[in-house]
Amino acid sequence: MSTLAVRSILPDGFPRARFDVISFFFTGLTGLSTVLILAILAVIVGNVVLLGWDTLSWRFVTSGTEQDMFDVNKAGVLPMIVGTAARVILMTLFVVPAGVITAIYLTEYASRTSLTTRIIRSAVNNLAGVPSIVFGLFGLGFFISFVGFHADNLLHPNAQNPVWGKPGLLWASMTLAVMTLPVVVVATEESLRAIAPGLREASLALGATRLQTVIKIVLPQALPGILTGGILAISRAAGEVAPILFTGAAYYMANLPHSLADQFMDLGYHVFILSTQSPNIEKTRPILYATVLVLLMLTFALNVIAILVRSKVRRQMRAMQ
Amino acid sequence: MRIDIPIRTSAPKPDLVPPASLNAPSASPLIEVSNLDLHYGTTRALKNIGIQMHGHVVTAFIGPSGCGKSTLLRCLNRMNDLIDGVRIRGSVKIAGHDIYGKDIDVIELRKRVGMVFQKSNPFPKSIYENIAYGLRLHGIRKKSEIDAIIERSLRAAALWDEVKDRLHRSAMGLSGGQQQRVCIARAIAIEPEVILMDEPASALDPIATARIEELILDLRKQFTIVIVTHNMQQAARISDYTAFFYLGELIEYDTTRKMFTNPSKKQTEDYVTGRFG
Repeated sequence: MSTLAVRSILPDGFPRARFDVISFFFTGLTGLSTVLILAILAVIVGNVVLLGWDTLSWRFVTSGTEQDMFDVNKAGVLPMIVGTAARVILMTLFVVPAGVITAIYLTEYASRTSLTTRIIRSAVNNLAGVPSIVFGLFGLGFFISFVGFHADNLLHPNAQNPVWGKPGLLWASMTLAVMTLPVVVVATEESLRAIAPGLREASLALGATRLQTVIKIVLPQALPGILTGGILAISRAAGEVAPILFTGAAYYMANLPHSLADQFMDLGYHVFILSTQSPNIEKTRPILYATVLVLLMLTFALNVIAILVRSKVRRQMRAMQ
Repeated sequence: MRIDIPIRTSAPKPDLVPPASLNAPSASPLIEVSNLDLHYGTTRALKNIGIQMHGHVVTAFIGPSGCGKSTLLRCLNRMNDLIDGVRIRGSVKIAGHDIYGKDIDVIELRKRVGMVFQKSNPFPKSIYENIAYGLRLHGIRKKSEIDAIIERSLRAAALWDEVKDRLHRSAMGLSGGQQQRVCIARAIAIEPEVILMDEPASALDPIATARIEELILDLRKQFTIVIVTHNMQQAARISDYTAFFYLGELIEYDTTRKMFTNPSKKQTEDYVTGRFG
């Protein structure tokens, strides 16, 4: 052993570096996959920008579809922008508190090994694997036919037409919130677990209750992780069409939604309409691409807002670390 | 080298009582632990512990890793409640109250029995907010009062002169020793009667350790201190009483002087002279 070690450091004893085929192959493979992903993204975004850019105009994003939604010179997407933004923002308001509270229960209160915890955790994980159209059907069956129906019986017993027992902004947002719940729960749980247990002990040892510890010590530390969960949920939900198909999206609305019970037009759903209902596919194609471009930009804008908030929180935290 | 240590069967045994000579005459003990058993799941971590500690003295718990000394310490302010699968039998009385009794308010208990941890754990807040946190928890809201207590606690923790100009800067920016003293200041700010210290200097350099030790000797005038330490010299320097634990049992408990010069058990002697552990 020792003679080998000594010999190898002698000037003339250095072994020549060998070319490692396996390392080279796998390094190349990882690099190639990265390039591939970037290339796919570039092709999709590039295609949309190239084909949609010319149609994009101030008029396009500030007018509706009153005249003709299939005419390049008359169609507009303002109602869809409003509808999509509204359902995404509402969904965030529902899913972030629900997800954060679930994650707090799982990490701060529940025993890690108990049956209840395991059931909740596997339920959350399974939720992530459910196809989005199933969430749409769930929303229709639960929120509209059950919750909405009974709400109408209670609140509007004499109404001719259902108020809540029909598709609307509220139910679409809630359906999306159920769909994105796992994303928020998992992101929040991870950030809660990353907090040093010593901080919780310090707080409890000073005579704080668990709730005080969670609110004053744990949650402020977990805020960036919670916001990451929100960002992921927004990205996932903004482009989804299936969950809102039966729960709120409309083919055409003369007015912008002005109540949570109203149906709304939606960018994603509009893309579907343009590509399936148009009398002349070739002529509507520029509108189609411009609508997709607007959807991408809206998703991007919502993400940028959330990311800015998160980096502000991080800066404040770093000042105290 | 292997040393055979006879393991005793744990039949109930009388609590070990500190000899009267060092105590205030006829004072009843402040902390009384009797027949205490603790299980982590199926592991029995504390076996039939009985020990009594008086007020305004420093008691050191020594023993090799895993002997149960930290576990016992954490029984005294019920920090073990937070761990899944811990079962406790027996009784712990502090100032006459059974702290595992049904009518005990754990919040009030932890206010009266403070704790300093092995790894300094200041909150990622300013020095000021670190100490104000505990005060606000206990209903002190007046700024002038909070300011006064913060100054007093930092002075008591021998930290005031070093940090008085940067109270509103992050406690995380301090050195390890200073952070630990912030934790001590935070603990004494809410005026507990007992302070539990779980190897408070084990992560510190010798100079910072010396300062913490001086501080402990100082704090003894106002508080009752129970300290877990791996460092035998430290126990000898700062404590009045020493308890030696081995494999979940309390082997010997006596004045520190006697424990380190003339212990009555062979195991204690082997441990304090460094023959094992």
